[in-house]
Amino acid sequence: MENLIALLVAAPLIGAAVLLCGGRRLDRAGHWLGTLLAAASFVIGVVLFSDMLGRSADDRSLHQHLFSWVPVEGFRADIAFQLDQLSMTFVLLITGVGTLIHLYSIGYMEHDERRRRFFGYLNLFLAAMLILVLADNYLLLYLGWEGVGLASYLLIGFWQHKPSAATAAKKAFLVNRVGDMGLSIAIMLMFTTFGTFAFGPVFAATGDASEGKLTAIGLMLLLAACGKSAQVPLQSWLGDAMEGPTPVSALIHAATMVTAGVYLITRSSAVFNAAPDAQLVVVVVGAVTLLFGAIVGCAKDDIKKALAGSTMSQIGYMILAAGLGPIGYVFAIMHLVTHGFFKAGLFLGAGSVMHGMNDEVDMRKYGGLRTYMPVTFVTFGLGYLAIIGFPGLSGFFSKDKIIEAAFAKGGTEGWILGAVTLLGAGITAFYMTRVMLMTFFGEKRWQPDAKGDAPHPHESPRSMTIPMIVLAVGSVFAGGFFSLGDRFLHWLEPVTGHDHGDAPLSAGVITGATMVVLVIGVAVAWLMYGRASVPVAPPRGSLLTRAARRDLLQDDFNHVVLVRGGEHLTRSLVYMDHTLVDGVVNGTAASFGGLSGRLRKLQNGYARTYAVSMFGGTAVLIAATLLMRAV
Amino acid sequence: MSATVVHSLWTTAAADRVATIPAPKIEYAQLSPVLIVLGAAVLGILIEAFVPRKGRYHTQLFLSLVALAASFAAVVALAADGYGTTRKHIAAMGAIAVDGPALFLQGTILLASVVAVFTFAERGLDPESHGKRVDSFAAQPASVPGSDSEKAAVRAGFTTTEVFPLALFAVAGMLVFPAANDLLTLFIALEVFSLPLYLLCALARRKRLLSQEAAVKYFLLGSFSSAFLLFGIALLYGYAGSVSYARIAEVVDGTVQNVSPALADTMGNDALLLIGGAMVLMGLLFKVGAVPFHMWTPDVYQGAPTPVTGFMAAATKVAAFGALLRLLYVVLPGLRWDWRPVMWGVVIVTMLGGAIVAITQTDIKRLLAYSSIAHAGFILAGVIAGTADGISSVLFYLAAYSFVTIGAFAVVTLVRDAGGEATHLSKWAGLGRRSPLVAAVFAVYLLAFAGIPLTSGFSGKFAVFKAAAESGAGALVVVGVIASAIAAFFYIRVIVLMFFSEPKPEGPTVAVPSPLTMTAIAVGVLVTLVLGVAPQYFLDLAGQAGVFVR
Repeated sequence: MENLIALLVAAPLIGAAVLLCGGRRLDRAGHWLGTLLAAASFVIGVVLFSDMLGRSADDRSLHQHLFSWVPVEGFRADIAFQLDQLSMTFVLLITGVGTLIHLYSIGYMEHDERRRRFFGYLNLFLAAMLILVLADNYLLLYLGWEGVGLASYLLIGFWQHKPSAATAAKKAFLVNRVGDMGLSIAIMLMFTTFGTFAFGPVFAATGDASEGKLTAIGLMLLLAACGKSAQVPLQSWLGDAMEGPTPVSALIHAATMVTAGVYLITRSSAVFNAAPDAQLVVVVVGAVTLLFGAIVGCAKDDIKKALAGSTMSQIGYMILAAGLGPIGYVFAIMHLVTHGFFKAGLFLGAGSVMHGMNDEVDMRKYGGLRTYMPVTFVTFGLGYLAIIGFPGLSGFFSKDKIIEAAFAKGGTEGWILGAVTLLGAGITAFYMTRVMLMTFFGEKRWQPDAKGDAPHPHESPRSMTIPMIVLAVGSVFAGGFFSLGDRFLHWLEPVTGHDHGDAPLSAGVITGATMVVLVIGVAVAWLMYGRASVPVAPPRGSLLTRAARRDLLQDDFNHVVLVRGGEHLTRSLVYMDHTLVDGVVNGTAASFGGLSGRLRKLQNGYARTYAVSMFGGTAVLIAATLLMRAV
Repeated sequence: MSATVVHSLWTTAAADRVATIPAPKIEYAQLSPVLIVLGAAVLGILIEAFVPRKGRYHTQLFLSLVALAASFAAVVALAADGYGTTRKHIAAMGAIAVDGPALFLQGTILLASVVAVFTFAERGLDPESHGKRVDSFAAQPASVPGSDSEKAAVRAGFTTTEVFPLALFAVAGMLVFPAANDLLTLFIALEVFSLPLYLLCALARRKRLLSQEAAVKYFLLGSFSSAFLLFGIALLYGYAGSVSYARIAEVVDGTVQNVSPALADTMGNDALLLIGGAMVLMGLLFKVGAVPFHMWTPDVYQGAPTPVTGFMAAATKVAAFGALLRLLYVVLPGLRWDWRPVMWGVVIVTMLGGAIVAITQTDIKRLLAYSSIAHAGFILAGVIAGTADGISSVLFYLAAYSFVTIGAFAVVTLVRDAGGEATHLSKWAGLGRRSPLVAAVFAVYLLAFAGIPLTSGFSGKFAVFKAAAESGAGALVVVGVIASAIAAFFYIRVIVLMFFSEPKPEGPTVAVPSPLTMTAIAVGVLVTLVLGVAPQYFLDLAGQAGVFVR
């Protein structure tokens, strides 16, 4: 059975290779091939999953060793896969949601002449993400990590003819590099500390390492997670990444990429459990990001950017939960899976709306779309209810658990975190209701596009609506299914461990409080965007709104501190290079050249000179030999 | 009969006035590599005398290749019989050693010679002369350049097919040189391979005056160094009372027995040993082209016909380093503390001198000549390591280097203009645009010379520097790496010149060679890449061969 693991990765990888190298001949069928291979990977995942369910809880981990990648004395890097419950969860999410997004893209990218290439990149994205979650050591994980970075770069910048898309791709890549540095430093630290970077040995040896070392490793892993998962302070790429085609946004936000950071922290639970200081930083980062993303989401008029803010905020929930330690790991992953369903559904819904509205993204120019796009409205609406945590839907179960876990952390810390997560839930309800109202309700505020064509909203083709329907079903039922009888808890507990903590409040009270903030959030949104009319031109807004529209000044901060500072640093380094380094180098070269010119004059062509040189040489040789004996 | 018995026979002969001289015992099988080549060379002279002019070229080429191949087969057979390792042996009454280094180097020389003979036989490059295809050698070397008799010879389409037997004689001498186990054999082998080389240098078809000048210089300076060598041999004989390597080593170690009373007085005089040793050393350093005995190299390399230059640069160097290794490791290991510091100096000035002067060269052949001097320095760094690793690394380096060298000079023969080979560097500008393949091949060779990874040059340089560093010569390695960096400059400069300069309108053309030269170049590239990418097998082979018989 373990031999199937490599096939899991191989299917999309072969797809990527064939589609990217195959040339125009594949243009007509390439998208089907890509979708088919993604689906094949999903089927293999399901087979492995059913096999795994057939075995007892502590016997579920599978290993497959393919070959030794870099076998050097004392340094062993293997291409080896590990499939346990955690990886399995990710595999199903990645391949399942990934396949749906492939299917959706067939319709969405129908008129794009580079559709084959797009599917090649999508397959590459899946393959890289699968390597990331299936690796049994940090170095192979790093390979997948970089692969995800590359694929995201290619996809975000897919419409490279738009300068904004090219810039966004570059930005995502560069910001991610900062995180990647963190991961590579973490791996090096692991190697110097433990002499290995394979999961098993590292986690077994955490007890022997000093807490300082573990904290350093943990912080570096967190830096990596911040890059990929768009957490403060490396969050700035996520909003711009919306320049990519909408299916890419769905893929990045739901199934791949941003979930990688959560996976990394959960996978490294042994390291974090032994480094409380690092855990504290993780929690702080999660809490800050969850508010940051939520506030940004409130102010955006671009539907995709509003959803992007929401993603940032929801990932913040997950990171926070993961930072709580054994209390939260399971719920972080559970929220990740349910979020995968509803966020993918929301993005595909947004794409469907844009598809019908001449690619307009400004929600102020939508309005009243519910009758024109009934399927999109219903599926988007179910996703909306799920994300705000409407009772009975997916988000309700998973987010509620995180809030409970935050309180269960105990002490002042627990109260603060609980309050932050509660506040986040309220803001989530507000901004998502805002998106819903501005898009599907109210009067029509449609505007002709740049070419002067008035939009004719229509329902999207079957290939786009089917994935949306499937995802909506997941958004509705996944949470309940996972929570009934603590199914998900028992499933994942053998890998991540679990601890109930000691909650200062009963679950009922917390749920009640969540409901209250939920209602408040929805009500405020309804007052502002449902009852009052929405102006087409955005109002000036308060200082906070204006700041939030500019992503809370993240780019201004980066520009002033990092870009300007970096420019000054490079300028002085260039100056040093020109004067000091070049001076030394050129000086050396010139002096050797001069020496050469003088020495070659000795070679004057006369045999007598040569003979003298030989004679002199021999004399020196003899004299030196005798001298050596004398001393 | 063991070696010591043989020696006692020699050294006590005078004292005991033995009435009967036993017939020398010659192990023909073990000497067969040398004998085959010598026999073929003699046969080649007969061919010159008896075979009609029309058929000589093909007969000579065929005979040379068969002889070299047969000789190589004999070397392989000896090695397979274990003569390189467990059964190493001193043959021919103590004159010739049959051991790992000897067999490895003989094999290298023979393979390099096969490739060199291919380039000797090339007849597709020079434009046809009166309807006859001609090679790189003068129509009638004895005629005065520019004279009527020369013109007549050219008109008649004469060619100098004597180059093949001459080359075979040289090869035979080179085969003996690294295997010579006494000083007289060493000297004779030196002369046997030097004299044909002097002649070969004088045989260029184009630029004959330059060629003759080179030959005369080489001959004069070669004789000069031979005189030193011979005098050194005499002094060493005075020191040890014998020319046998083993005997001299024993006297140096103080473990000698059976000293004849007649010699006892003069024996063991250290001044004789040190001066004699230094002079013999000088004779060998002359042949490898080490500074300050290198000055013949650029002039001779430039003047000699290019195929001969390639042959000399590769095979002579292999043979001379073989002899040097044997001298330092078998005869003088007891004197390590005396010769090592002096050799340090020679290595440093050789590496730096070759690399620095090469920077300002404008002629590709002279450039390669200085490059060969620098490489001699690198190899010497491995030689003075004084360890088993030192021996094997030098063996490997020599094998790797010889193929690169022959290939590089073969490429030089291809780039031509109206005056023959266009060796001035300025004419090579933009070659990569006109003939990308030839330029790319040459670039591979240059990268190998520079020691860039994935070429044999890197593997070899790494091996010798590693051996030198492990023997405590770290400072030397630092200088070596600096010299490599300087050398990389002028190698890369040629690549830049070929690929990134505008071609000149009146630039040279690249001649399309016959399969002979093509084979030589292809073999060179192949060996360069194989030894660069997967050197381990050959390093192991050199490692197994790295023990001298005593």
